[in-house]
Amino acid sequence: MQQADIFIKRRNDRWIFFAVLAVLTVGSIIITQYDVLKGFTSIVKAFVWGISNFYPDIESMAKLPDILLKLRETVLMSIASTTVAAVFAILLALMGSRTTRMSRFFSVMARGIASLFRNIPLVAWAMVLMLAFSQSPLTGYLALFFGSLGFLTRSFIETIDEVSHDAVEALEATGAGYFHVIFQAVLPSSLPQMISWLLFMIDTNIRDATLVGFLTGTGIGFSFDLYYKSMNFHAASLVVMLIVITIIIIETASNMIRRNMM
Amino acid sequence: METEETISNWGQLCSDEMTPPDIFGSGRPLNRESFTIRIFLTTLSLLTLYALFTMDYQGVDIARATADTFHSFKIVFMEPSTQRLGLWNAFYEVLVTMGLAFLSTLFGGVIALFLGLLSAQNLAPRWVTGCIKSFVAFIRAIPTILWVLIFAVAAGLGSAAAVIGMTFHSISYLTKAYSESFEELDRNVIEALSASGANWWQIVFQAVIPSSAAYLLSWTFMRFEINFANAIAMGAAAGAAGIGFDLFMAGGYYFDLKEVGLITYIVLAFAIVLEMIATHMKSNIHQKT
Repeated sequence: MQQADIFIKRRNDRWIFFAVLAVLTVGSIIITQYDVLKGFTSIVKAFVWGISNFYPDIESMAKLPDILLKLRETVLMSIASTTVAAVFAILLALMGSRTTRMSRFFSVMARGIASLFRNIPLVAWAMVLMLAFSQSPLTGYLALFFGSLGFLTRSFIETIDEVSHDAVEALEATGAGYFHVIFQAVLPSSLPQMISWLLFMIDTNIRDATLVGFLTGTGIGFSFDLYYKSMNFHAASLVVMLIVITIIIIETASNMIRRNMM
Repeated sequence: METEETISNWGQLCSDEMTPPDIFGSGRPLNRESFTIRIFLTTLSLLTLYALFTMDYQGVDIARATADTFHSFKIVFMEPSTQRLGLWNAFYEVLVTMGLAFLSTLFGGVIALFLGLLSAQNLAPRWVTGCIKSFVAFIRAIPTILWVLIFAVAAGLGSAAAVIGMTFHSISYLTKAYSESFEELDRNVIEALSASGANWWQIVFQAVIPSSAAYLLSWTFMRFEINFANAIAMGAAAGAAGIGFDLFMAGGYYFDLKEVGLITYIVLAFAIVLEMIATHMKSNIHQKT
């Protein structure tokens, strides 16, 4: 009897779940004016178009040096903004983590800053920064910096909370001071995980840099925008291809570093 | 399974067996871990310095620009208001953005469910999992904005291109997440079921999916959170509808910082609610296990 009830309840739950999903789907389709048919047919169309138009040809190879220069700028910018953000994020994370915080007030503040910076849209950072820094790489650098700071602080807080608790307790039992605990227990035990987050952030930032470049007219995003809008799709596809190669190289390197570290 | 991790954090699941590496070199000989960490950190610092020194500053007066930016932020955060958009309209546009995020998460989730099953090592042959994993890695390597623009050539700029483009990245993220959840299931359970005559579909729908449903839901919601942020960006950069487009117009066209401020606050409120729900879902899973 009871068993049967459980099955009925489960079935009802499933019905409610799918009903809510259906309502949300229909609501979303209406509110976004999404054309379902066009959406699906355009996938096929895009692939047909892509195969016949979206590949680099000999002529576009002449643009290669230009594109590589922009790509180098974008990659370096992403790495620099991630690294600098990581330095600040470690300080904030030490303030914010339950294991290492000095006071509850600072902890709440650090977590608040992390959440704020992480959730303010990248577009808003880019738009505001562009007013003063105009179309220089600094705009993109700072926009990525603020976003990364929020994300890395949050991840680092989680890492410190997870990893270093036992090591801290052990060292505190021996009467070690605050900075001694930080440098001998907290940082060494959470560093591999933090570096793993750092690698992930570099990879994300290169992709986001494309977006920011698109909005602010800098770096590789601007190259793509330029070729795309002038319908030079062969050159645009060369840009895409180089981004794919870059991301895959960085990912392979990241995996190698992670394997050697853990 | 560590649900805190963003899944792109590939291959770091063995954190609890980790021994603290001797990075500060207190006399012991270097082992492989600390050697790797040192080399990596040194390279990274050098690259950062090189990047900062060779950056083309284009004659920007940094001190003045910084002061200007502080002033801008003061307007953005202290005096939010709206002239063009209107408060209720702004809320409506956020709903549109939510709709774009929901559709791409849904489409991505459905497709990723199948790809996830086919790339779980306990459910599919090795060559199939290999193929799907490289397909997914390729999708991931192309930034979302480029996917959207490539589809925009065929579908025109608008919600169709944005949803399809964002769906692609959702597929790649969720396939990886789902297949890892499926791999959690004990091999013995699958063997027992297939020994008692269940076919592949029965195993999948009676054992694999029900037992990992909570994980799947949590990952999917996390992707929805990411897609909400993506949908704002696509609204700004690819002319998709929603609050992102208004943000782009306010900031890049009308230079109306007060409206940028208002939009930022509204987006922030929604994003923080989503973040709280996601955190709650994650902690629920942790309590169960």
